[in-house]
Amino acid sequence: MKTVFAKSVPGRTGVLPPSPEQSVSDMLPADLLRRKRPALPELSELDVVRHYSLLSHRNFSVDTNFYPLGSCTMKYNPKFCETASALPGFAHTHPLLPQIEGGEPFAAGCLKAVWECERLLREVTGMHAFTMQPMAGAQGELTGILLIAAYHRAKGNKKTKVICPDSAHGTNPATAALAGYEVVNIASQNGMIDPDALAAVLDDSVAALMMTCPNTLGLFEAHLPLIVEKLRAADALLYYDGANFNAIMGRMRTGDAGFDVVHLNLHKTMGTPHGGGGPGAGPVGVAERLAPFLPGPRVVKNSDGSFGLNHDLPHSIGKIAPFYGNFAIVIRALAYMLRLGGNGLARATSYAVLNANYMRARLRDHLEIPYDRACMHEFVASASALDTYGVHALDLAKALLDKGFHAPTIYFPLIVKECLMFEPTETESKETLDAFCDELIAIVERAKKNPREILDAPLTLPVRRLDETRAARNMVLTEA
Amino acid sequence: MPFIPHTPEDAAAMLERIGVKHLDDLFADIPTSMRPQSFALPEGLAEHEVMARLCNLSADNAHGLISFLGGGVYDHAVSSAVDALSSRGEFSTAYTPYQPEAAQGTLQAIFEYQTAVCRLLEMDVANASVYDGGSAVFEAAMMGVRATKRSRIIVDESLNPLYRIMLATLSANLDVSITVVPHAGGSPDMAALEASLDGDAAVLVVQNPTFFGTAHDFTPLFAKTRAKGTKTAIAVNPVMQSLLKTPGEMGADVAVAEGQSIGMPVGFGGPYLGIMACTKDMVRQMPGRIAGRTEDLDGRIGYVLTLQAREQHIRRAKATSNICSNQALCALRSVIHLSLLGPEGLTRTAELSMQRAREAAAALTSLPGVSMYTDAPYSHEFAVTLPRPASEIAGALLRENIVAGLPIARWYPDLDKVLLVACTEKTASAHISRLTSAMGRILTTRERGPQ
Repeated sequence: MKTVFAKSVPGRTGVLPPSPEQSVSDMLPADLLRRKRPALPELSELDVVRHYSLLSHRNFSVDTNFYPLGSCTMKYNPKFCETASALPGFAHTHPLLPQIEGGEPFAAGCLKAVWECERLLREVTGMHAFTMQPMAGAQGELTGILLIAAYHRAKGNKKTKVICPDSAHGTNPATAALAGYEVVNIASQNGMIDPDALAAVLDDSVAALMMTCPNTLGLFEAHLPLIVEKLRAADALLYYDGANFNAIMGRMRTGDAGFDVVHLNLHKTMGTPHGGGGPGAGPVGVAERLAPFLPGPRVVKNSDGSFGLNHDLPHSIGKIAPFYGNFAIVIRALAYMLRLGGNGLARATSYAVLNANYMRARLRDHLEIPYDRACMHEFVASASALDTYGVHALDLAKALLDKGFHAPTIYFPLIVKECLMFEPTETESKETLDAFCDELIAIVERAKKNPREILDAPLTLPVRRLDETRAARNMVLTEA
Repeated sequence: MPFIPHTPEDAAAMLERIGVKHLDDLFADIPTSMRPQSFALPEGLAEHEVMARLCNLSADNAHGLISFLGGGVYDHAVSSAVDALSSRGEFSTAYTPYQPEAAQGTLQAIFEYQTAVCRLLEMDVANASVYDGGSAVFEAAMMGVRATKRSRIIVDESLNPLYRIMLATLSANLDVSITVVPHAGGSPDMAALEASLDGDAAVLVVQNPTFFGTAHDFTPLFAKTRAKGTKTAIAVNPVMQSLLKTPGEMGADVAVAEGQSIGMPVGFGGPYLGIMACTKDMVRQMPGRIAGRTEDLDGRIGYVLTLQAREQHIRRAKATSNICSNQALCALRSVIHLSLLGPEGLTRTAELSMQRAREAAAALTSLPGVSMYTDAPYSHEFAVTLPRPASEIAGALLRENIVAGLPIARWYPDLDKVLLVACTEKTASAHISRLTSAMGRILTTRERGPQ
């Protein structure tokens, strides 16, 4: 499909503000001005609407397709949350208004919404305090590690290392490195953190362990109580990566379990949309001993019941976001939590785990399931048995796309060969799961009989397989 | 059960297939000692009850204010078409385009966004966006650090103070140091900035227009900076960029911007859009996603995420950044917004905003004791010095539902009488008259306090 630039016609406009009385050359000296106007698209409003409506047809989405993407929690994104987030009092309140002296009452509703969301997340996780500032999961991780660093610094601890299991998301080691720590990887055993491997690297120089629980294999870390104990003894903190929080709502609280820091992905667990890659939100909850270091300003409830901002935070790490995080995402999550309530959240977890186990049971005779035991909200399979036919995980993924199903996560976690990682979420029906499993089983059978068919997929989408090497070599990153 | 489709029969059949009796059996791996001590959340509500609660919260914010508040976040007009298109579920509920054949819509939109950014800033390459302007400033500084293998970051004090705080926070544990060069009366101190480049500076970070609204040409400073082997990064305003000298023309290595003003509401702080662009030489230092054009097996044009070897899911601890997402939907909004306005619409928006700012500046400085804080050229935002503390005057005007602007003493304690006033094309002459007459009244009748 032509780009919006290729459709441009000089002199056409969609939205045209009135003609200014003064031209810029009357207002600013010429040496401050650009030489030529930017070559932005020139189209009518209808041209623009049609172009982007047609582009949208070239996408899979939760609204149109089943997305069993492991570790991504592609659940249904309720529509009322969208309506709520766009309410005028939320959309049109300037974030600096409550930072002007006397301005807090003018943004009382927004401040209260942030406070309410923090309060609900505190109860969901059992953490002592929350900040809504981090604008994505990875930024939440960075916030968490910076908080941990601030804690150790304040105590005079000399810590230089962060431990990440080999099943961790790539963001974990990247985050630890970005926070100035040396990353120590530990190998899993039977799909779990091995307490002996942990003990071998755990000394006074370790600042924290970053844990995803259940881990990216969909398994609950069996040695968690022991791990908590070992870390405490070394004055190392325990970080909870919330990517898989949809597996434990109402079944475990990170605060009660002994985690010191947790980030949640509201775009996973709390039903806010992924937006084609963002914006998300990655709020961070902490144990009491880390609360003084949270970024500011903090939203507070005053003794008279009004809401305000506390800027007087002498131990704060500073600012992670310019204001209060991705506020419109926070509103969506608040609406979602209010709608579901405690029972609804716990039920979401129960049915997410039910769906994953059902898929595992349906696929176990057709694909290798390396850890074939009760899983949590996701599980992994391996396509390595198809190696002999020249068919790989990527090919199965492409064949699924042809049938209108989004692929599972592939080649992750790295510790399983030809890995396929399935997370169906609670919002999918048995019929959808059955249709998906039937199709995947048929694809596996076809791969054995006629691998060419699978290697040629997809054939029904706007494009066939794309040449990624050429893209990286030629680097056409803008319209000429 | 909201959003859970299972009938009791479905659940029973599924449990049977799994081979367990009860849902709880699936959670047997969680040790009893780890079970929640409390889960005292409220009961769920019906959709209309939730909406009533949220409508009340929305209404608890002031409405009908006359506002001159900017400070990096600007209230420009956004067409309903932007909302309608970006809220299409095919865009908003899609995942990151890791399966490109199933995500050509998102990928092409990102490619178009990158093109619009490069044309607006006159830079070679743009990424698919980062979180906001402040995180873009941090990432730009880190690009300079990586490219030069040096560790000192030079920052002009007229860079938005919120970005400076974010830069300090995000780099706190890295082996870098930050030198803040004091501003000279609301403008960058070009001589002092040059003097700070003593051979070990990794990157110079400036802003145009500055936080004070003043506009500058950094071409000479950037040339001197480059001669010392130091990289240059500039934060700009994407609306004003339609008129102002571009980062490309000035010779910047990296250009960043807060993209909120091109298609996002002020929205109490987010989500916004971190725009990032750079020269071709710097592309491998760029963090985040980048879409590229390629061909499929049949020679059809298509788009993919490219140069992924820089990213965390491949490089892990050695990645250019830990960034895993972008603000794809906000990037989509901005390219739709820019396509609707086109070059004529965007330049008119900028000119109208500047014109209103001049009207407001003339009106305010006609009041006794009110003067421009600086006589440097400015764009759509300007600083005035008031005869009394700005927070006192702004507070008094707030009580009349007028947000006069931003008192900046929170970030510049010695400038307690300075008020930062922003205009956009939405600022009406009547608003300026009301601000001026109300401020005039407040300035002439000292508030009655304890004698």
